[in-house]
Amino acid sequence: MSFLSIEHLTKSYGAHQVVQRFDLDVQAGEFVSFLGPSGCGKTTTLRMIAGFETATSGAIRIEGRDVTHLPPNARNVGMVFQNYALFPNMTVAQNVAFGLKVAKKSSADIRTRVAEMLGVVKLGQLADRFPYQISGGQQQRVALARALATSPKLLLLDEPLSALDAKVRVALRDELKALQRTLGITTVFVTHDQEEALSMSDRIVVMNEGRIEQLGTPFEIYNRPKTRFVASFIGTLNILKVHVVDATRGAIRIDGQDVRVGQQIAAVDGSDCAVALRPEAVSLTDPGNGCNRLTGRIEDVAFLGAVVRIKVGVGGDRIMLDRFNSPGLPPPVPGESVTLHFAPEDLVPLEAA
Amino acid sequence: MKRPTIGAWAALAIGVAYFIVPLIGTVEFSMRIRRGTYSFDAYRNVLSDPAFWNTFGFSAAAAVATILVGTLLVVPTAYWIRLKLPWLKPYVEFITLMPLVIPAIVLVFGYLKLYNSSSYLPLTGQAWSTDILLVCGYVVLALPYLYRAVDTGLRTIDVRSLTEAAESLGAARVTILFRVIFPNVRTAVLSGAFLTFAIVIGEFTLASLLDRPAFGPYLQLVGANKAYEPSALAFIAFAVTWACMGLIQLFARDPTARSIKV
Repeated sequence: MSFLSIEHLTKSYGAHQVVQRFDLDVQAGEFVSFLGPSGCGKTTTLRMIAGFETATSGAIRIEGRDVTHLPPNARNVGMVFQNYALFPNMTVAQNVAFGLKVAKKSSADIRTRVAEMLGVVKLGQLADRFPYQISGGQQQRVALARALATSPKLLLLDEPLSALDAKVRVALRDELKALQRTLGITTVFVTHDQEEALSMSDRIVVMNEGRIEQLGTPFEIYNRPKTRFVASFIGTLNILKVHVVDATRGAIRIDGQDVRVGQQIAAVDGSDCAVALRPEAVSLTDPGNGCNRLTGRIEDVAFLGAVVRIKVGVGGDRIMLDRFNSPGLPPPVPGESVTLHFAPEDLVPLEAA
Repeated sequence: MKRPTIGAWAALAIGVAYFIVPLIGTVEFSMRIRRGTYSFDAYRNVLSDPAFWNTFGFSAAAAVATILVGTLLVVPTAYWIRLKLPWLKPYVEFITLMPLVIPAIVLVFGYLKLYNSSSYLPLTGQAWSTDILLVCGYVVLALPYLYRAVDTGLRTIDVRSLTEAAESLGAARVTILFRVIFPNVRTAVLSGAFLTFAIVIGEFTLASLLDRPAFGPYLQLVGANKAYEPSALAFIAFAVTWACMGLIQLFARDPTARSIKV
């Protein structure tokens, strides 16, 4: 049985449905991310799990116990907020101790646990500082220690890295993931940053307009996006409009050139559909395994350091491809005619939105 | 920055004179009780009058009670409105401004009509219950200052996030109010409290018409019957008010009350 189970969860404000029939099972110890643009319902869903919003319908169960209608302080769920939400009147140690004091633990227990948690987030030396005396990254680590001190069943993270600057964000991201793995705590993470979601999660829930667009591992989401929305939201991607020749065999035509898709296409022969192609799957050199070929003309070359991004015009479409920079291989010149190579498996037909 | 011009200095000088000259005049007059020489006899007379200490003590106690009741009424109200009922804010602000618009005399006549000894709730029947009524009246008079001070204090903290953080840590509403919200608006409550103190100490209308032995009616009594002592008393009252302002400054410098630096 799953550890956190969400069934048919919906949330409406008047006639406007912000979350529509949300179903999710999270296993114990799993790290699941809700990813989507702002207003997609990811934060509302998280807040319903925390108990700050009441569900319009549906059920939320933690370890089999129905918590849908419990107040937040009875759910035993730890939460970390985007703006840290540390108590400004308390020191770092008092902040971490707050939940333990509320739970009426003995002062000896509290002291031990606070020292332990500050050790975990490597802030033992700042125990007597006030929140305004420490940096944003340190404040968020205190918030994390505070949320974990009461040993919650579930850890909820609401865009915890968004207010931090880039360098701290990446460092804290790795730290957070390592800590989650060590403690084995079931975690739900809300973010609009696909890089955070891809690098940290066991599974990602991609949301759009209150609905789940796709649920899968980072590998699946990135390589096999199901819908046009997922494909365009995760990473940079070529979306091509193609003509279906034979749907069962996966034969399509791009700009009059025949190309194969590695799977069946859910479309009628003779119709148009959209396929996705990752820039890193396209190569200018022939790997020699009978892959797809498309000829086109180079329109633009951007030198990004480690990679060279090349835009190739194929008929009315433009295909972007990435090539690793190599000192012995100067970038191609716009206007040059080239052949693009890519495996049939790398062409992903997208469901109509 | 531009150097201040002559005009600016002149404006400042006029402002200071407007404020200082009557004060100097009052002090000077209060010291002329003996012919031909300055003395502090008027102050000695005032301070040695037991009625001064009794009425001042009564008013100070009433002020402390007003501050306690007012704070316990205003902080939870302002907190709840910020957290759950933001649409009510303009209405509550309007209501808290009413005491500035409606004179205290109207309020006290209403009280006398509602709570007289032949009413359902005869609060004016006994001294102690009249004191309760007096404190309630003072809370109303202090509302505009207390509510605004507390609401400004709440604006400097993220009420919603702090409440949710405390809730997710298992705290109940009362715990959140006393352990998280009150300590963070302490400075604001204090500045509201000292303003309240200054208002209550000199208040005349309510105390006089409810016939309570407060400092305001005593000031009036002395003013009506003596020559030099009222000036001494006015200066003492003035000093008390300034001491209150000084205390606000002192407490407002509390280091933990600063906002979070990111």
